[in-house]
Amino acid sequence: MIDLVAARVHYLVTFLLLGIGTYMMIGNRNLVKKVIGMNVFQTGIFLFFISAAYIEGAGSPVLSSPGPYVSPLPHVLILTAIVVGVSLTAVALGLVVRIYDEYGTLETDVLREVRADE
Amino acid sequence: MSDLAPFLIALPILGSVVALLIGLARSETGWPVAVVAMIGQTGLAAWLAYQVFTGGPIEYVVGGFEVPYGIELVIDGLSASMIVLIATVALGVLAYAHAAGPRSNPFYGTYLLLVAGLTGVCITGDVFNMYVFLEITGLAAYALVASGRSGRSAVAALKYLIVGTVGASLFLLGVGYAYIATGTLNMADLAAKLAAVGYTSTLVQTAFAFVVIGLFIKVAVFPLHTWQPEAYAGAPDSVSAFIAALVSTVGAYALARMILSVFTVDFLAANPLARDLLVAGAMVSIVAGSALAVAQTEIKRMLAYSSVSQFGLVLAALSVTNRTALIGAAVHLVGHAIMKGGLFLTAGLVATGTGARTVDGYEGLSDRMPIAAGAFAVLALAMVGVPPMVGFAGKWYIALGAIEAQIWPLAVVILASTLLTLAYFARLIERMYFREAASVGDGPTAEAETGSPTGDAVLADGGRVTAGMYLAVLAAAVLAATLGVAVVEYGRLLEPTLELLLA
Repeated sequence: MIDLVAARVHYLVTFLLLGIGTYMMIGNRNLVKKVIGMNVFQTGIFLFFISAAYIEGAGSPVLSSPGPYVSPLPHVLILTAIVVGVSLTAVALGLVVRIYDEYGTLETDVLREVRADE
Repeated sequence: MSDLAPFLIALPILGSVVALLIGLARSETGWPVAVVAMIGQTGLAAWLAYQVFTGGPIEYVVGGFEVPYGIELVIDGLSASMIVLIATVALGVLAYAHAAGPRSNPFYGTYLLLVAGLTGVCITGDVFNMYVFLEITGLAAYALVASGRSGRSAVAALKYLIVGTVGASLFLLGVGYAYIATGTLNMADLAAKLAAVGYTSTLVQTAFAFVVIGLFIKVAVFPLHTWQPEAYAGAPDSVSAFIAALVSTVGAYALARMILSVFTVDFLAANPLARDLLVAGAMVSIVAGSALAVAQTEIKRMLAYSSVSQFGLVLAALSVTNRTALIGAAVHLVGHAIMKGGLFLTAGLVATGTGARTVDGYEGLSDRMPIAAGAFAVLALAMVGVPPMVGFAGKWYIALGAIEAQIWPLAVVILASTLLTLAYFARLIERMYFREAASVGDGPTAEAETGSPTGDAVLADGGRVTAGMYLAVLAAAVLAATLGVAVVEYGRLLEPTLELLLA
C-alpha cells in the first residue's frame, strides 16, 4: 500500500495543488491571493504533465546510451503553458492595480460595499 | 490553394502588430489599420470557404512536419462557416466602433489579436494548439472587457479572467488525460487511437469530463455562467457586441469539435452518462438562463442571460447528435452571433442616443429613436423565433432533431424555450411601442446627465450617434430577417461535412 502511494506521490501532489488552488480562488477575499491561487492551480496541471512524461523503461529514438529517458513532448507543451500562465498573471495583476486605483481596496467584501453605493 | 490557410491567423496578428507600432508615432490611427486587415481577412475567409464548399476540406501541415507529429490546420464545412462569421462580424463591429468605441491603438491591436485567436480555434486540427488559441482568445477578451474606463469593467474583467483560466486549465487537464491514454495530440489521430483504447476506459472518460466541463465554462452554460453577465455588461458597447457574438460561439464550436471529431458519436453511444451530462446541461441552461433574463432590469445583463439560454439550445443539438440537430446547431450558432451582436449594438446605440440602459428606460422608444427601436424589435423577434427569420430556422432544426432522436423531455424544453424567450423580449417590445415616453419624460435624460449607476462603464468617447453605428445595426437586423431563407441551401452545403463528423 505504502509502495503504491509512494510510486504515485506526484499525482497526489498534483491534486493537492489543484485543490489548494481552487480553495484559494474561492475562499480568499484578497484579489492578489486569488491570482496566486490561480497560479497554484495551473502549477498542479504542469506537474501532472511533467510526471506523466516519465515512462518506465522508455527508450530514445536518437540516442543509444542507456536510459532513463523521459518523453520530451509534455515538457515542450508545458513550456508553452507556462508562457501562457505568465501572460495571464501579468494581465490579472494589471487589472488588480487598476481596481486598487479606482476603489482603494483589494478585499472583495469591502469592494462589494464600495460598489454598492456606486 | 490550401497554402492560404495559415494566413487566416497570420494576417490579424500582423495587423495587430502594425496597429501597435503605428500607434507609437501617431495615436488614434488604429481604426484604418484594423479595417484594412479585416477586409483582407474577410476576403480570405470567403475565398477559403468557397474552396471548402466546392472542393472539400482543406488540410495544411504547418512547418512541413508530418501529421500526426506536426500541427495541422483543417478547414471543413463547419470551420469554414465559423471563419466567415468571425471575419464578417468583426468587420461590422468595426463600422460601429469608428464613432462609438475606444479609439486607442492598443484597443485595435487587441481587437485583431482576438480575431486571430478566434480564427485559430476554428481551424486548428491539434488539441493542444486549440488550448493555446483558446488562451489567446481569452487574454484578448479580458483585455478588451477592461478597456472601458470605469472600475466596473476592471472588476468584471478580473472575474472573467479567473473563471476563464480555470475553464481553459480544465480543458488542458482533459487534453493531458487523452494524451496519456493515446500519446498523440492530432485530432484525427486521437479519434482513431481513443477508439482503440476503448471508450469505456476510465482515462478516456475522465478526459471527456474535464474537456467538456472546461468548455462549459467557456461557453457559459448554467451554472458555470457567472462570469458572463458582468463581463458583457461591464465592457464598452462595441466590445460587448463583439464578444457576445463570437467568444462563446467559438467556445461552442470547440465543444462541438471535441465531441464530434475527437470523442465521436460512438463515445456518446458507449457512455450514456456522458450524453445525459450534455442533455442536463442543455435543459438547465435553457430554463435557468431565460428565468434569470426575465428578472434583469439592465438591458445588457438581460441580453447576457439570454445568451446562456440560447447556448443551451446549441448544447441540446450537440447532445442529440443526429444530422438534423447538427444543421440546427450550425445555423443557430451563426444566427445567434448575428442577432445577439446586433442586439448589443442596438442597445449601445440607444444608450448613446437617449442614455437609456434599463428596461424601464425603453418606454416610448419608438417615438424617440424609431429606427433603433425597429431594429431592436426585428432582432428580438428573430431571437424569439418568428418564421421565417434565422432564429426560427435554427430552433426548428434543433427541435426536429430532438424529436427524431425521441428525447422527449429535451424536445419539450426546446419548444418551451420559444415562450421563455418571448417572456423577456415581449416586455421590451411592449414598452417601446405601446407606452408613453412622457411617463418617464426626463428620466432617461437625467440619467444620462448624472451618469446612471449602470451607465458609467460604457461611453468611452462622448455620445454621438453616427451613420456608421446605424449601418452596423441595420445590417444585423436585415441579415437576421433574411438569412432564414438561405438555411435550406446552407444545410445542403453542410451535408458532406456532417457525413464525415457522424461517420
